Amino acid sequence: MHSLGARSPSIARTRTPGEIVAAATPTSQVGRRIVDRAFLGVCIAFTALAVLLLVVLVVSIWQDGHARLSWQFLSSFASRKTEEAGVRAPLWGSIWVCVICAVAALPIGVGTAIYLEEFSKRSRFRSFIQLNIANLAGVPSIVYGILGLTAFARAFGTANSESPITFGQPESFFYLQLPFGHGVLAGGLTLMLVVLPIVIVSSQEALRTVPASLRTASLALGATQWQTTWNITLPASIPMIMTGGILAMSRAIGEAAPILVLGVPLFIRSTPTNLMSDFTVLPLQIYNWSMRQQSGFHELAAAGIIVLLAVLLTLNALAVIIRHRLQRANG
Amino acid sequence: MSNVAEISTATSRAAAANSRGTARSRAARIGTERVIRGGLLACALLSIVTTFTILAILLVQSASFFALPQVSAWEFFTGTTWAPLLGEEKHFGIWPLIAGTLLVTSIAAAFALPVGLVVAIYLSEYAPSRVRSILKPILEVLAGIPTVVYGFFALAVITPFLHDHVSESFGTFNALGAGLAVGIMILPIVASLSEDSLRAVPRSLRDAAFAMGGTRFDVSTKVVVPAALSGIVASWLLAITRAIGETMIVALAAGGLASMTLNPANEVQTMTAYMVQIFTGDAPAYGIEYKSSFAVATVLFVITLALTVVGNLFLRAFREEYE
Repeated sequence: MHSLGARSPSIARTRTPGEIVAAATPTSQVGRRIVDRAFLGVCIAFTALAVLLLVVLVVSIWQDGHARLSWQFLSSFASRKTEEAGVRAPLWGSIWVCVICAVAALPIGVGTAIYLEEFSKRSRFRSFIQLNIANLAGVPSIVYGILGLTAFARAFGTANSESPITFGQPESFFYLQLPFGHGVLAGGLTLMLVVLPIVIVSSQEALRTVPASLRTASLALGATQWQTTWNITLPASIPMIMTGGILAMSRAIGEAAPILVLGVPLFIRSTPTNLMSDFTVLPLQIYNWSMRQQSGFHELAAAGIIVLLAVLLTLNALAVIIRHRLQRANG
Repeated sequence: MSNVAEISTATSRAAAANSRGTARSRAARIGTERVIRGGLLACALLSIVTTFTILAILLVQSASFFALPQVSAWEFFTGTTWAPLLGEEKHFGIWPLIAGTLLVTSIAAAFALPVGLVVAIYLSEYAPSRVRSILKPILEVLAGIPTVVYGFFALAVITPFLHDHVSESFGTFNALGAGLAVGIMILPIVASLSEDSLRAVPRSLRDAAFAMGGTRFDVSTKVVVPAALSGIVASWLLAITRAIGETMIVALAAGGLASMTLNPANEVQTMTAYMVQIFTGDAPAYGIEYKSSFAVATVLFVITLALTVVGNLFLRAFREEYE
């Protein structure tokens, strides 16, 4: 865990022109032409394979699921009878969890990025944080589920889950109790941990695209570091930050493993009303339906996937529109 | 927009910001600055807190697992029988889970690493810009598909295909179907990250090699790929890390039988799939099976962390730099 990588000298090897020439020295003109054409064929074949896989994926899921798509599918709860089942609870659960995740992850992620890019000097502390974020990005999401289960759902076992400490009335949406249990708040915060490294890295990249001359001009006029960041750097980089943020949210919506570890109930017939409400999410419902061997459930899973992909497509379209709008406004 | 114009916009904005701030004293401004700086530092520290909390939870829970009288650390790290749920005598030897994980990951890697690299070379070196502008979004769509969808795909399409067209021995759950689905999942990671590092190789190198009479194949494989090797290997390691940690695909398609097997038609259980089995099952919290999943999670965490660290070291140490 020590910042080993940051301190090891980078062995930059520069290839001499001679080496490059030696590597490219001709053997047989015709032979090399044939190899070149053959390799192009392999390239196109492999790329076509990747495209074909996507087409097969979409077509097969559409064939399995499109018959089940209807308003009734969107507006009814899960049921043991496949013809009555729907995605109302997981759809609303996904929306709640995603909003909580966005509200928590965006400020913290962008704040971290601003600290690293604008406020910290190039120190060992900074490279330690940087290395740490790179490592967090590689942690499997199911491990974050364990963290969420212990820290949020159970509050490290400090509070008794049988008689939780409560704040506010259950009727209000911000009703709180400690520990959180497996409510939407615990789910959203767990997903926040999963996507935080993505938000941080994409925001850092966005901040780096702002030319240094803009900052220098602002600082030269006597603005403080924060005034420069707030008035100059952030407005210039916000389209990229938003795009990265939305991509991170689409990752959060697709995650099932961390939510599964939280131990949410499998069978839910209500939509969330406050932060402590029981919930399930679309990917988890799809998982549950896919696991059932009985006929009818695979079609439900496929229809659920179509809904999930439609939600993701909407989010991505939103990202494109926001980027376009803000770029125009800034230009 | 020219740079001069940008600076003048920035200047006027900064001036406006300052004129708004003149009513306040300098001390107040510095005070605000300190508070904000502290808040931002707190955000940055959260990531460190996260890491150490994960470590602490995994270590404490694993320690309490190994402290149980039925468990021996020696058996856990060397044993080849994983039978935590069934039978009178429970066995906790982690190797079947590691073998299952490695089998699925190897299948995925064998498919995705070469295909991904070839797609990356095609996109960066061969493809006309119009083809590229169509293919890049397709890769992004593939990368954005949730993994549970690939799990369903493995179960509903790949496995029936293997059963009907390859061999009857493929059951509902098998390592090959899950491995191929994981491979499809990591393919866009390899392709787009490798492509980034191929495109980062300066044009002058390609020009020099073309000038020597090299074909596009010669230039790509003998000049560009070696120059971008550190980035390519890093993308491979990242993809392998994702494959090892992948949960929903293997939970759906690989099965739930922990066994030491190399036969891709067999049912295998990976480390992540075991954790899913425990956390969705009726295993009582604080029971021995429940605690064993934390020990498995620790092993998984250590393996993925090691791969991530190696990947980052690779990127730093073997980068070829060109002026």
